Amino acid sequence: MALKRVIPTLLLKDSTLVKTIKFNKFQYVGDPANTVKIFNELEVDELCFLDITATNENREPNYKVLKEIAEESFMPLSYGGGIKSFEQVKSILNMGFEKVVINTSSLAQPGLIAKISSYFGSQSIIGSIDIKSNWFGKKVVHTNSGKVHTDITALDLAKKLEQEGVGEILITSIDKDGTWKGYDLDLIKEINDVVSVPIIANGGCGSIEDIRNVFSIKGVQAAGVGSMVVFQKQGMGVLINYPQKEIDNIRDA
Amino acid sequence: MITIIDYGLGNLGSIKNMLKRIGVKSEVTSSETKILKAKKIILPGVGAYDTAMRRLKELDLIKTLNKKALEDKIPIMGVCLGMQLLLESSEEGTEKGLGWIEGSCYKFKFKENTELKIPHMGWNFVFEKQSNSIIKNFENFKFYFVHSYHAKVKNENNKLLVAKYGYEFDCAVAKENIYGFQFHPEKSHKFGMQLFQNFAKI
Repeated sequence: MALKRVIPTLLLKDSTLVKTIKFNKFQYVGDPANTVKIFNELEVDELCFLDITATNENREPNYKVLKEIAEESFMPLSYGGGIKSFEQVKSILNMGFEKVVINTSSLAQPGLIAKISSYFGSQSIIGSIDIKSNWFGKKVVHTNSGKVHTDITALDLAKKLEQEGVGEILITSIDKDGTWKGYDLDLIKEINDVVSVPIIANGGCGSIEDIRNVFSIKGVQAAGVGSMVVFQKQGMGVLINYPQKEIDNIRDA
Repeated sequence: MITIIDYGLGNLGSIKNMLKRIGVKSEVTSSETKILKAKKIILPGVGAYDTAMRRLKELDLIKTLNKKALEDKIPIMGVCLGMQLLLESSEEGTEKGLGWIEGSCYKFKFKENTELKIPHMGWNFVFEKQSNSIIKNFENFKFYFVHSYHAKVKNENNKLLVAKYGYEFDCAVAKENIYGFQFHPEKSHKFGMQLFQNFAKI
């Protein structure tokens, strides 16, 4: 068996790293390339970079920063944010990223996922779903870094992404993001039941226990971690960290 | 100096970066003249088996590579698809491989109702089948894998490392001066660095 992965999901605001709470309240975390150097030393499984302002500012991915990240990284990398075309994907993969993450464009650019998947293989593409509860408590898909709400359910989108050929699905609970309160286990279970592609659970992780809990769901191959690996503790200052030993203890060998 | 063969497939930059980090000089090239002068070669590769073999043919590199591997006998290391090309064939395609090591590549096959996904993607521990200076100091080593096809060598003595995914498969092969690794050392932290260091010292 492959080891279950614990993946820092790092948020880019163009050229700087930030961390959010419920997709708001951006807090400055640091410089991307320097952070990669620290994560190299910590021997992290894999890194996921998401530029959370690219789509809404209608701009290209920041290729200069992505190049710096790729040059520093001795671990697998994925990138998402502002990707609309096959050509962009090609440039990003050529730079040394293993995978791209598609969120808004899975709805806005029909056919893009299928094209990437058939050309580069399904392993090169992560479909990303951001979910938030509406006024009635119903969990619906949001796009554009949470700014645009849709009436699509997570289950329907997950099935669609799988059909179009993504290799993994990243599920982020906006309600849990930055709260340190643990993953939305019900949501993750629900989606995991309807698709067979591996799932990366994301949003809300605050402790090793949270990771253990989400790994107990069969099919969850990876857990995204944010606040926990960039802050000392909840409400405290920036400290890039990765509890490698504790992680090794809770995942299947 | 390590010569990395550029035939349009694979993540050459990442390999070059890691070699730079451990202080080993490298060049990325598809030039026959440069390859003929090479002292050590890395054959990378990501993508489809047939595409890779056809690219090598188009660039007219097969004769040159055969000379370096079989006559000059310089150390040559295939990585990922580059490792699979060292063998005779693959279920993935119809093109013949370089055939330097006897064996073929097969698609992962699991029993029904398995939770195992294809491609095999992620970190796996590797297990030594025989000692060799290229895998010196490997203890509790894990590497990052991404692949749907896996090697199976004919001769037990070409088997260097195995990994388990559903079943045991050959993830590193060797025959005299020729070495192949299924995983991505360039994306496997200190484990990959150790491997490249060993290769540089051979």
